[in-house]
Amino acid sequence: MKTPGWKDLAQGGIIPEGGTAKKFETGDWRSRRPVWDANKCIHCLICWVYCPDGAVMVKEGKFSGFDLQHCKGCGICARECPPRAKAITMVAE
Amino acid sequence: MPKKFVAKTGNEAIAEAMRQINPDVCAAYPITPATEIMQIFANFVADGLVNTELVTVESEHSAMSACIGSAASGARTITATSSQGLALMYEMMYIAAGLRLPIVMADVNRTLSAPINIHCDHSDTMGARDSGWIQIFSENSQEAYDNMIQAVRIAERIYLPVLVTLDGFIISHAMEGIEILDDSEVKNFVGEYRSPYNLLDVDHPITVGAIDFTDYYFEHKRAEIEAMEKAKLPIMEIGKEFGDQFGRYYSLFEPYYLDDAEIAIVVMGSTAGTAKVVIRELRAAGVKAGMLKLRVFRPFLVEEIGAALASVKVVAVMDRSDGMSGMGGPLFVEIRSALYDFSSQPRVVNYVYGLGGRDINLNLLRGVFQDLLEIMRTGKITRMVNYPGVRE
Repeated sequence: MKTPGWKDLAQGGIIPEGGTAKKFETGDWRSRRPVWDANKCIHCLICWVYCPDGAVMVKEGKFSGFDLQHCKGCGICARECPPRAKAITMVAE
Repeated sequence: MPKKFVAKTGNEAIAEAMRQINPDVCAAYPITPATEIMQIFANFVADGLVNTELVTVESEHSAMSACIGSAASGARTITATSSQGLALMYEMMYIAAGLRLPIVMADVNRTLSAPINIHCDHSDTMGARDSGWIQIFSENSQEAYDNMIQAVRIAERIYLPVLVTLDGFIISHAMEGIEILDDSEVKNFVGEYRSPYNLLDVDHPITVGAIDFTDYYFEHKRAEIEAMEKAKLPIMEIGKEFGDQFGRYYSLFEPYYLDDAEIAIVVMGSTAGTAKVVIRELRAAGVKAGMLKLRVFRPFLVEEIGAALASVKVVAVMDRSDGMSGMGGPLFVEIRSALYDFSSQPRVVNYVYGLGGRDINLNLLRGVFQDLLEIMRTGKITRMVNYPGVRE
């Protein structure tokens, strides 16, 4: 796809639609990746509450994975996972 | 429709135009000598003569910020300021233009500090000349009134904000007889607000004012540049339409005895009025003197100005501000540049005058024309940049 030239852009530099942050894949900014241990997870969803990027996926009330297209590897999920679980570890990308 | 003549100062004329335009929002902060515009308008709001939401903000920076939010949300937005107030708005002015918002602002030209001075010169609006705003200079109260009405249409056609200037105290506070239009005539001329986009349209969510990285900023600016370049024709068309409807025609500049002029001045604002008296005197004495009264300073009309001046022998560019560049005033530099590619070129000299409201009177202007005659006679320029009226 040709990169837009100046004539192709929306007037005033506006972004003419909502929800476009999803298209910006910040996952490649990572230098560490969260790894989930299914055996330790208690599905408290505290990681989901704290994730600043909404990169913790939940299905039917249970942890279902990380959105690696958007996870920036900040490690907050691993930090906040409660001591009796410690189901998330950060590993080098 | 019978014409209605009233006595109005420049500020009153602007406020009256605003009343008839009846904008959706005004966000403003007072500063001499523009205060009266919003003060009078605030009375209109209080008396229920307009439907405007008047936002009395805490500074001019906030005023322009609020105007930007308003214009981006489907509201026709107008404000007014001067000098330090305009300067405080600068960062937001660039933003208003970059976001292509059709905000209209009256600037009552007052000089910039330091020293503090409340009187007229053009340094305030000159400081904003790269901001992307269209700039229209008024010679008197009538023009201030007419320009304000046209500004609304110009802004909403091109989607660039428009600055209408009037000289501080000289126009803003001086009473003149002007013809004002009927409320319905103004209402019909400005029409409904043509919003470029609308933040409040929840069915079509948008983001306004997002960041660009190095890969897109240039393209967005190039588009804004294009808008400014293409602004010339709509400004002329709207000026002609105004004339067709109301009898007073406006264009990019007003040539005054310029056609066959051998010596001429280029000037903006109220000084043009004074100059007309001197030019008529000179013409009566057989001197081929003329003037290019520049109305539209932004966009700067290189071809038209160059063409109008090319056959004049000696031109004095009158600047009511100094560029602090060591090379005189900003208009001087731009006029010289406009003439650069013309095969026939006048000699061009600069007169930086009237700073801080220093009077520019008939005698000083007569002196300027005498200088031009001398240059024409001798072919020699003694001083490129002159400061008439300053005490040595």
